[in-house]
Amino acid sequence: MTRNSEIWRFILRRLLGTLPLLFGVGVFTFVLVRVLPGDPAAYYATGPMATHEEIAQVRTTLGLDRPLPEQLARYFKDISVGDLGRSLVTGQRVSSDLRERFPASFELTFVAMLLALTLSIPLGIAAAVRAGSWIDHLIRFVGTLGVSMPAFVAGVVFIFIFYFTLGLTPEPIDRIDPFMIKPPAVTGLLLIDCLLAGDIPAFLSSLARLFLPALTMAIIVIAPLMRMTRASMIAVLSSDFIRTARAAGMGWWKVYVSYGLRNALLPVLTTIGLVVSSQLGANVVVEKVFAWPGVGSYALNSLLASDYAPVQGYVLLMACVYVVINTAVDILYALVDPRVRIN
Amino acid sequence: MHRHFVSTNISERANQARRVLARNPVSAVALLFIPALTALAVLAPWIAPFDPDATDLDHVLQGPAGLHWFGTDQVGRDVFSRVLVAARLDLAIAVSAVLLSFVIGTVIGGAAAFYGGLPDRLIGRLTDVLMTFPLFVVAMAMVAALGNSIQSIVLASAVVNLPFFVRLARSEISVLRSQQFVEAARAGGNSEWQILFDFMIPNALPTLTVQVSTGLGWAVLNAASLSFIGLGIRPPTAEWGIMVAEGAANILSGFWWLAIFPATALTLTVLSFNLLGDGLRDVIDVRTRR
Repeated sequence: MTRNSEIWRFILRRLLGTLPLLFGVGVFTFVLVRVLPGDPAAYYATGPMATHEEIAQVRTTLGLDRPLPEQLARYFKDISVGDLGRSLVTGQRVSSDLRERFPASFELTFVAMLLALTLSIPLGIAAAVRAGSWIDHLIRFVGTLGVSMPAFVAGVVFIFIFYFTLGLTPEPIDRIDPFMIKPPAVTGLLLIDCLLAGDIPAFLSSLARLFLPALTMAIIVIAPLMRMTRASMIAVLSSDFIRTARAAGMGWWKVYVSYGLRNALLPVLTTIGLVVSSQLGANVVVEKVFAWPGVGSYALNSLLASDYAPVQGYVLLMACVYVVINTAVDILYALVDPRVRIN
Repeated sequence: MHRHFVSTNISERANQARRVLARNPVSAVALLFIPALTALAVLAPWIAPFDPDATDLDHVLQGPAGLHWFGTDQVGRDVFSRVLVAARLDLAIAVSAVLLSFVIGTVIGGAAAFYGGLPDRLIGRLTDVLMTFPLFVVAMAMVAALGNSIQSIVLASAVVNLPFFVRLARSEISVLRSQQFVEAARAGGNSEWQILFDFMIPNALPTLTVQVSTGLGWAVLNAASLSFIGLGIRPPTAEWGIMVAEGAANILSGFWWLAIFPATALTLTVLSFNLLGDGLRDVIDVRTRR
């Protein structure tokens, strides 16, 4: 069998392997909404003045009088075609609400990950090259401090330092200056939309507003990424080919980056898959601190308003994002490292 | 009774601990901070200079000085007393949550590895998935379903920690299973149950202690994050997450002490548990097995 078709089979098998997880999350959200306080039929009926007959009728239309397995089957049929119900707060379909807000969360998480990588990889290398020195200890301590600081504490402290005291960043609310005209939404990613529209001031404004929330979200994942880079670099730097490269008198860039880092990156890649999920969880908190109009703050506001269809949709969306990212990391891993046995 | 067959003897381990602490003074500081914090938390109601819930509208939003070491908040409550009393609540939540997940996780993970077979494989697969799942989302949903109470925060924080204990207990017991002292215990006529609970789990305890320390830090962080976003514990209860949330509203007016003091207490606590966990890991030397 050629390697190419092997890879396709591997991808297919990985995707099939995630089905039990998605099924489990589906059941979890189904049970969740039934456990949550409040009768959905009473909610969907005309209001608090609804009569018993009206509520009973809504219960029949929603299928809430059917046996539970049948309701579950119906629920899975609905979510498989993307029908997540309606939000009582916005009056919109949950799927369209989520679609509208997802780019904001995606942009934030993606930029945060880029920021975390550009900080943690050089620091990890520095700690590995000077392993055991005070630089190593300092870098590790700062990393532990970052992982010990709850995201909301980091957010509040950053707002206090960068916005209130130093005045370096704009007001920590929303994605762009309220007096600026938003570029036409093409991708939903504000930075890219601004560039597509050629609107540089809007681009800079949204970049400035993105900086603090992204930094806050980067802080929580810097430590694990840095630790993994350090451990993996130490292992690589002690191998024979590095000694040979050093003995041959090659420059530090060639030794540490071209040869060392390239071989040390694979475990870091796996760690990215792991830490993305802690970022997905932190999304809710960071979006609340910075009034960021993403899916996390949407889910939280719905939850606090006892509006559960959006919460259900949000948990399902997070599960899907999680599955996509982890499958992508596995596939990348197999593609990058020919030694990884696909079978 | 000599049941701890595989653990190295006590004096050797004490020496190792001394070496690790000498090399890593930061862990030593954490080791001192945690008992101090615990003492302060336990004694909080007696040593707090003011009633944490008493408002004083003549002295609102006063900066840290004189009588009020950490200043006063928007209704004149003493921030220092509230930070102290909150330590009590946050630590109590973390300890109960970690105790729950430690006991349940050790029994599930230990029994799974001990008996093996399909249940073991299923539990292994499930914990692998859960460990990397955005657990905070699960915790949020759970607190919403169980209602706003301290119990539901404890349960949610326990569930978030559970997969880590199951996994660790499982890997420890499966290593111990092939040890000779287990064979010896079996030959000595002990029942399966006795072998698991009297011989294997005690030997897995040192490794699990590391997870207890890290787990405590994580439970504090989780509980405070939940109450920060408005779930679980409600104002006016003195709790670090709520205090930071209330203080954040005032920080843009320059009243920084409302948020910064509880935020610092919270971060120092989580940091100490993490550093202690790191230090313990060096002493027990399970780094390679993690």
